[in-house]
Amino acid sequence: MSVTNEVMHDDLKRESFIKNLSIVDWAFAAFVAYGTVYTYHLYSYLMDGYEVGILFGTGLSLIVLGWWWKPSRMLMAAIAFLSLIAVYLYEPAVMALKEKGMSAPDAISALSSLSDKENSKFLFKYFISSTSAIMWMSALYIMATFVYFYHLALQNVYAGKVATAMTWTATTMGFVGLMVRWRESYLLSPDMGHIPVSNLYEVFILFAIVTGLIYLFYERKYKTKTMGGFVLLVISAAVGFLLWYHFSKGAHEIAPLVPALQSYWMKIHVPANFIGYGAFALAAMLGMFFLFIEQARTPNISNQVIAQLLIFMIAMLTFLAQFGADSFSTVGLNFAYALAVCAVFWVLGFGIVRAMRLIGDSNLPKLDMLDDVMHKSIALGFGFFTIATVLGAAWAAEAWGGYWSWDPKEVWALIVWLNYAAWLHMRLMKGLRGTPLAWWAVVGLLITTFAFIGVNIFLSGLHAYGEL
Amino acid sequence: MTESEPAVQASSIPISRRSVVLDFLGSMNLAITIFVIIAIASAIGTVLKQNEPYTDYIIKFGPFWHEFFLTLNLYDIYSASWFAVLLAFLMTSTSVCIYRNAPRMLQEMRNFRLNSKLKSIKLIEGARTWRLNGDEESAIKNITLLFSVQGYKTKIKHHDDRVIVAGMRGRWNRLGYILGHMGMIVVPLGFIMDSTMDIAFLEWSGKRSIDKTSIYVKDMPKESQLQPDTLFSFRGNISISEGQKTNFTLLRVRDGSLVQYLPFAIELKDFRVEHYDSGAPKSFESDLIIIDKDKDVQFEQTIAVNKPLYYRGYTIYQASFGDGGSKLKLKIWPFYDYKKRVLEVDTVVRGERVLDTAQGQLTLEIIDFKKYNVRPAQVGDPKGKKFVNDGSSFVFKVRDKSGQAREYNNYMSPVIQDGRYIFISGMRTNPSDAYRYLHIPADDNFTVNRFMNFHAQLNNSERAQAIAIKTVSSALENAPGKDKYKGDVVKTMMDLLDRFNFGGFDAIKRHINKAEISNEEKNKMAEAYQKVLNTLMQAIYMDVLRQEGVDDKKPISDAQQAFYFDALATLSGLHLYGTPFYAQLADFTHVESSGLSIARLPGKNVFYFGSLMTIIGIFLLLYLNQQRLWAVIYKDESGQPMLVFAGSGSRNTADFKRHYQQVVEKLERVLGLNK
Repeated sequence: MSVTNEVMHDDLKRESFIKNLSIVDWAFAAFVAYGTVYTYHLYSYLMDGYEVGILFGTGLSLIVLGWWWKPSRMLMAAIAFLSLIAVYLYEPAVMALKEKGMSAPDAISALSSLSDKENSKFLFKYFISSTSAIMWMSALYIMATFVYFYHLALQNVYAGKVATAMTWTATTMGFVGLMVRWRESYLLSPDMGHIPVSNLYEVFILFAIVTGLIYLFYERKYKTKTMGGFVLLVISAAVGFLLWYHFSKGAHEIAPLVPALQSYWMKIHVPANFIGYGAFALAAMLGMFFLFIEQARTPNISNQVIAQLLIFMIAMLTFLAQFGADSFSTVGLNFAYALAVCAVFWVLGFGIVRAMRLIGDSNLPKLDMLDDVMHKSIALGFGFFTIATVLGAAWAAEAWGGYWSWDPKEVWALIVWLNYAAWLHMRLMKGLRGTPLAWWAVVGLLITTFAFIGVNIFLSGLHAYGEL
Repeated sequence: MTESEPAVQASSIPISRRSVVLDFLGSMNLAITIFVIIAIASAIGTVLKQNEPYTDYIIKFGPFWHEFFLTLNLYDIYSASWFAVLLAFLMTSTSVCIYRNAPRMLQEMRNFRLNSKLKSIKLIEGARTWRLNGDEESAIKNITLLFSVQGYKTKIKHHDDRVIVAGMRGRWNRLGYILGHMGMIVVPLGFIMDSTMDIAFLEWSGKRSIDKTSIYVKDMPKESQLQPDTLFSFRGNISISEGQKTNFTLLRVRDGSLVQYLPFAIELKDFRVEHYDSGAPKSFESDLIIIDKDKDVQFEQTIAVNKPLYYRGYTIYQASFGDGGSKLKLKIWPFYDYKKRVLEVDTVVRGERVLDTAQGQLTLEIIDFKKYNVRPAQVGDPKGKKFVNDGSSFVFKVRDKSGQAREYNNYMSPVIQDGRYIFISGMRTNPSDAYRYLHIPADDNFTVNRFMNFHAQLNNSERAQAIAIKTVSSALENAPGKDKYKGDVVKTMMDLLDRFNFGGFDAIKRHINKAEISNEEKNKMAEAYQKVLNTLMQAIYMDVLRQEGVDDKKPISDAQQAFYFDALATLSGLHLYGTPFYAQLADFTHVESSGLSIARLPGKNVFYFGSLMTIIGIFLLLYLNQQRLWAVIYKDESGQPMLVFAGSGSRNTADFKRHYQQVVEKLERVLGLNK
């Protein structure tokens, strides 16, 4: 290699992060700063000191995120653009319908209604009302899951690109849905307005988009789209629940906040928690992928035994849960139900292992990489989950008469925390790698899921907002 | 910890008993085991509902298991001594870990390993060796520059046979280890400071005992009272009615309670609650006056949910709200006994009143009062309303001498159902059952008067007989041999009316079914009876209307017609109502009470401090990677200057390898090394 002074010079130049920022980076920062200040200008009369702090903190975090992870700038721009269109169009549209004698809730649902031909507006109906946006998000995530698997199975590069684009779009639409929903809550009635992270329906959307975002980050970082299918499975599961919740329980209707939730803490506690949940879920899905690849490569009896035990456990839980769910359920019916659950898992497990063999080892991601991403994701989740739990304690100290009441939700947060603390100790201190940690991550998801929704369904306590 | 770093030193500590104990306490296996045990114990505490009344547990588990669980302290796991022991174990284990590792960590933060042997550096995975072109001094300068450009802190040491340039970055990672683990000692310390251990100690030493029987605080014995400074920490609850004052709070301990006195008094000046359209509370807040005689301080402050009051280390929270003894004016309408007059009663919520009734002495216990009852409107509400307010209601129990009680929920104003106004009164015999409702139709003036009057007249047998005779006479005016039937018909009428008054239409049906005749005849009989009874009741109803001043020449209105049938349906089921009166809420003065939670938790800041340490520690530990680079320049046997380059990272080996490769390439370019 020839040596020139110029090259030497470059290599020895101190790389300054700030100096390396492009004009686009600065324009982006200016844009975010302007948005933050403008928001403050518009709404400062509604905010207390903490909320002002959160607003500027958010602005600053967005700038840092955009600089550090460049693709997120486009995402932010798209979210801002679409949300602003919605906000801009909403006010006059709702006013016009109110003049016709409609109430605010009716006006909002009429605007996005598929059946109300007279009052609905094209944009709201199909794109930017919160329900439309969330439907887009749901559809795109589910489709992206299939396309990612198609890409994995056939190594079709184009399909991979399509899947990535779909996931980005889905994530954008999810965020837009939440932003618009935030606005809608204020349009319904000013005293009902609140950030849409207050109930199970809203946090499921949050879960989907946060998991999607973390996935997109790792996809780009590791330059592989092979992990997409498995990660998006958990998002699709969340979307499935969301759709069920929407259509069978009408959960998408915006409800006012109970007094305990009326606090600035909600704006930071809940999102921090869901970075944790999302990262843990992603790690678990990669753990599952890891185990399938390993099983396809070298069938292993102990893996099979553990899998059967887990399936048995899940079946037992469905068996027991059915008694709570239906008053008319019988032992026989529930048994059949549990057996069906087992059968689904057996068929899926068997099928996936066969599929992995067909795809071939060379086309599957390297186990080392999966192990690495799994570890990073858990480390990310653990940090944010710790913050979220402490923030929750600080909130409880203001709302419930004590920072720690051993309420079921608090206890399960502690259990989740202990679980991942143990996981990280095993990996970092004991140097454990691979299969056992993959299993542990999968079991960790079961524990996390219980802490996330199981507590609300099966146990009573102070966190009763998330009830089904 | 040091998985991919060169070995620092071989441990040559002699194995002593002390180190065996330390090894055990500081071992990862113990830590993980404690994690798992704490997790499982905590999980049990969420599945088994904590601190419920013991009677509930006995019903649920039976006396044997109840005793067993009680011995294990499973009803209050988080205050159990064995749980504290677990926490203590975790703290000890963590402390030992820090004790053993912290010195090494601190050393690793400072130590650049400038004395590393050439051989050991060459043994590091990925170490590279080049022949060095050009002079050594400028090479050292360039290497130092390259390291520092990459963010490494650099040190140089000239040995006799070699020069070592050592770089290190991300060394705060090691501090993260220490901070994170110290945080996990401080956090449980906060928990222990705020635990109920001091209560347990006072009980154990016999100085205090919980009170399980007293209903009023003033009756509680001295052993159950706590002065302001007796306890280090506590959490209690108290409910104050508007205008009242308190200087204590109640601590629930297992199945009893203790009174905790405060060094100041709290007065509730005003309580306000706002509602959403759905009737759900939107906000509730209390105007409190704190009166502190010790410090000669008095001030007023409003508290709300999420906005507590902090004073002298005490925190006063808005926890709940309820009825603070609303004053109710009741009208007691007796059933069955037409001679009895309406009784007007003044009472308060949580008050009692003994009433003389047709069933002897019954105690009326007022349980609760609700000013509003908002429920979702039925789909397709004509006014497009989403919610309907049914107005005020009150809950009371009627207890007989044997102690049996029925619970009632009576609404003050009539509610509209199928276009007709009715007063509803819910009744249940068991608090876990749903209410069954008695529907009293409202009259033209929206009162219960006509219904009560009608009921009274049906039970006024003298007057009913007179009406029966009159009705029968006019009905049989032209019938042949009327005098022969008349007496019988009147007798049948009165007999049926008696049966109806006693048990409704069901009683008459039972009477018919008892007769030994064919089914066809039974049907005929039922039809005839119905006609006869209806004639009488209609006549009585008309009489009631006449008393009200309704013109009986005109045909009665649809509403009046509907009232008649509604009233009959209700009267027919009246015997199931269980209580011989209807308690009507005539007027009320709403008095609210505010539920306060009062806590003194001095461990809070300790907890926050520990949490902050943990968070900083976790972020340093997990997101920073301590990385080292070494460049060694030496001369080989032939006197040729050589360069050895190696590096190691404490975490994320894959990332470090990539970074290391980049540095190698840069080094090659900068120094013009041959590959």
